[in-house]
Formats: sequence, C-alpha cells, structure tokens
Amino acid sequence: MEMTELLKLLGIVVVIAGFALKLDSILIVFAAAVVTAIVGGLGVDGFLEQLGTNFTSNRSMAIFILILLVTGTLERNGLREAAAALIGKIKGVTSGKLICVYGIMRAFFGAFNVNFGGVAGFIRPVVLPMAEGALEAQKKEIKEDYMEEVKGMASAMENVAWFFFQVLFVGGAGGLLVQSTMKALGYDVELIDLAAASIPMALTALVVGCVYFLLRDKKLRKKYYGDEK
Amino acid sequence: MAFFMDPGVTLSSKLLEVVYMLIGAVTIYAGIKNLLDKKNPSRYGTAVFWCAFGIACAFGNWLPAQVTGTLVVIMILPAIFKRVKPGFSLAPAKEYCEAQFKKIGMKIFIPALSMGIMALIFALFTDISSLVGIGVGIIISMIILMAYSKDNKPKVFLDDAERVLSMMGPLCLLPQLLACLGGIFTAAGVGDVISQIVSYFVPEGNVNVGIIVYALGMVAFTAIMGNAYAAITVLTVGIGAPFVLAYGADPVVIGAVALTTGFCGTLLTPMAANFNIVPVALLDMKKKFGVIRNQAVIAVIMIVVQISYMIVMK
Repeated sequence: MEMTELLKLLGIVVVIAGFALKLDSILIVFAAAVVTAIVGGLGVDGFLEQLGTNFTSNRSMAIFILILLVTGTLERNGLREAAAALIGKIKGVTSGKLICVYGIMRAFFGAFNVNFGGVAGFIRPVVLPMAEGALEAQKKEIKEDYMEEVKGMASAMENVAWFFFQVLFVGGAGGLLVQSTMKALGYDVELIDLAAASIPMALTALVVGCVYFLLRDKKLRKKYYGDEK
Repeated sequence: MAFFMDPGVTLSSKLLEVVYMLIGAVTIYAGIKNLLDKKNPSRYGTAVFWCAFGIACAFGNWLPAQVTGTLVVIMILPAIFKRVKPGFSLAPAKEYCEAQFKKIGMKIFIPALSMGIMALIFALFTDISSLVGIGVGIIISMIILMAYSKDNKPKVFLDDAERVLSMMGPLCLLPQLLACLGGIFTAAGVGDVISQIVSYFVPEGNVNVGIIVYALGMVAFTAIMGNAYAAITVLTVGIGAPFVLAYGADPVVIGAVALTTGFCGTLLTPMAANFNIVPVALLDMKKKFGVIRNQAVIAVIMIVVQISYMIVMK
C-alpha cells in the first residue's frame, strides 16, 4: 500500500489518541476533520463543502433540543417526585429486588426518552435511602461495606438499563447516528426498524442484569448479615 | 416559500424542515438570552455558538453547503476555546416541584410519555418522519402541561429549555459532529484504506468472522475512546461495511446491535468517566472501580449474546 494512502488514517489516529488522552472532544473531532481533509486532498473549499453537507444531512440528531422544550418543565412540575412516589410503593424488599425494580422502571421510561436524574438525581436521593430504610425496618445494622456494593449495583443497573433501552426510543441519538452512518455508505435503514431489532437485546440485557444482581445481592446478604433466604 | 409549495417535495420533508426551524429558534433564543445575560462569564462566545448552530440548523436546506460549513467552523471555535458557558438561570426550587407534584400527581407521566408515543404512532401508521411525530408529541405535552398549571407559560418552556441546554453545553452536539466526521472520512476514502489493511487479517467473504471482528472492534475502540458513537462512525466505515454489509448482511440488525455491543465497551472502561467514575464520587464510594466491577459480568455476557444474535439474524 502507498504511504500516501496510509496517511489517510491520520484522522483516525487523532480521534483515538485524542479521546484516550481526554482532550476536548469537540477539538478532537474538528482536528481529525481538518487533518483528514488535508491528507485526503479535499482543499479548503472541499472541506467546507463536506462539513456543510454532512452537518445539514445530520440535523436530525439535534431533535433532542426540541425535546428540551419539555424536559426542564416536566421536572419543574414534579416528574421526579412522581417517579419517587412510584418506586416508593414497593416496601420492605431486599436491596437486590429494589435495584431490579429500579432497573425495570428506568428501562421502561428510558425507552420513551424520559429521565429521572440518574445517579445524582434519583439513585442518591431516592433509591439508596429506600435500601437503607428497608434494612432499618428489619432491625439490621447498616454496614458500610454492604452499602458500597449496593451503590455499585444500583449505578451499574442505571447504566445497563439506560444503554440498552435508550436505543428503543425512535429518534434517539444512537439510532440516528447508525442511520446516518449507514446512509453515507449507501444503506437506507429506518429508525423504527433499528429500534425493533434492538428489542430482543434490550430485554435480554435487563433480564441478565436483574438475575445477576439478585444472585449477587443474595450472596452479599449472606456474607454481611448471614441471611439464609 | 417555494419549497413548501412544491408538490414534488414530500409532506414529511416539508414538516421536517419546520422541525429544524423550531430547533434553530430554540438555540437562537438561547444565544440571544445569553448575549443579554450580564451574569454569563462568556456572553459573546456563548451567543456565537448557539446562534451559528441555530442558523445552520434552521436554513441548512437552503444555504450553500460551503456557507453552512463556514457557520459550523464559526460555531466550533468558541467551543474549542471554552467560551461557551451557562449564564444565569433559575432552576426550580425543590419545594416548588413538590408543591406541583401534590397538585398534578401521577398525571405528569402523560405529557412525559407523549413524545415517545407520538414518535411510535408516526413511525408505524404514517409516511411522515417519526421526528415530526416527536415534534407533535412535544406540542401535545406542552398543551397538557399548560392545562395542568397556569404557571406553565410559553416563556417558562423556553427558559427551561435554555437552562438545560446551557447545562449540557456544546458537548451535547458531539454525536452530530461525529456523524459529520464520519462523512468526511468516507469522502476522503479512509474506509477503503482501513478495509485494505483489515483484509490482511480477515478472510474476505467470511461474514461471521467479519461480524466477530467488527463487534470486538466496537468493544475495544469504545473502551479506548470511552465513546461508542465515535467508535461506530470509524469502524462501520472500515470494517462493518466492507467485511459484513458488503456480503449482504442486514444493515438494520448489524447497525443496531453493533452500537449496543459498543455500549458493552462503555460498561467496561474508566474512560467513560461520566457513567463509571463520576457515580463513584457522587455516591461516596471507596473503590474507584466499584461500578465497573458490577458491570463486567453483564457486559461480557451481552457481548457474547449480541455477537451470536448478529450471526443468526444477519
């Protein structure tokens, strides 16, 4: 292969090295675009032309901005409080079961692009106090090492549920990016079909997550509290 | 105006342009609000960023590509120089949210779910883009919220949108910029070079090997970069297209599942600090990898399951 051909990979090197070095993400993308335009011989006009064309054809990804018109106002009108009341209906369950219920709720609403604030906005103020409350109700001491694991499991459930179910929202960033990447390569795919293809994997991930955390919590309770059940 | 009257343009395309104009209007509002906000430490940079984006978004269909490209460069500069900052905005007090919850209650889920439901309805039952459905869902959601409470005036929606947008900052445009980069890679012929290199290792014509390499590449690249969106733009061009899709594999299944396989890389890496490291700090955990350790088993299981699914369904 010619050296000039290999040089075309410089943009990819910039992306990988830039992200790995935690440089500013937008700077990385811009630098990679400029480098690729230079080694690919696009020229200034060609670069601006490509940038403009690609920006315009990828405007669909800005749809989240329109959604923000209600995101903040839903929060203002008590969405988070309603979610807390919803999960608060379950009482006296083990931490493992609580984490599963949270995961299912997060997954369902995530598929509709509805958020309750994640770790900072929901797990810390709502889920963890519920787990501690359940321990207290059973007259059990709150052991820091056990709670450390509960925190880890709850955050992990948050990520697993959100990652695998956000792609079910028709119009989410992931599906739109796949659609535009495929389109640039000459394949037309519909957002709804992408979402449908993701359903079996999303459900599998949720089941795997729930089973894993139930088993793990059972083991941890045995270790820290000597629970037999 | 001619565009909207042209019978040769589909209704969906026309409505989509209206959606992009509305998006542009929201960001230009954000730009102007910050320009007039004396408490914003970087009024001009912030205004340039959101207004340039808004103009390019609203009128991209009509502006010559080079003009849009120039607008994108103008928009990117203040972001690179860290001159895009949130200004003053009033987050709702906790007491206010609680009072609203007492008044509205669980009914708040109706406007919350209306966007997703309308997107589905449009995708399943009309020829119009589901993004227009989201737009309709938002309008319905706003009407319901206004009916619930007199406090919800149009300006409240706009200011709340500006508040959340400013909080997210320029990084929220990263997926779109990555998609642009992917397009530039393709135009410059980067994909051809990668596929030539990969062809030394991957036997051409063996789709299953192609799928495994593509999927594991997604995991590895995402783990290194901490970002599955960056990984999929690079790897689909280089591996996905020439070694999997070129042999007739279904781009829907491969594309959708390759992305979530990449997310498994996100579950495994401290590079995805937002998801894996920030929670450790937020929850006062002692072990830095306390979140990743709880995700590792699930991630590995899902990598295997997803590769198998792609091979079976391709």
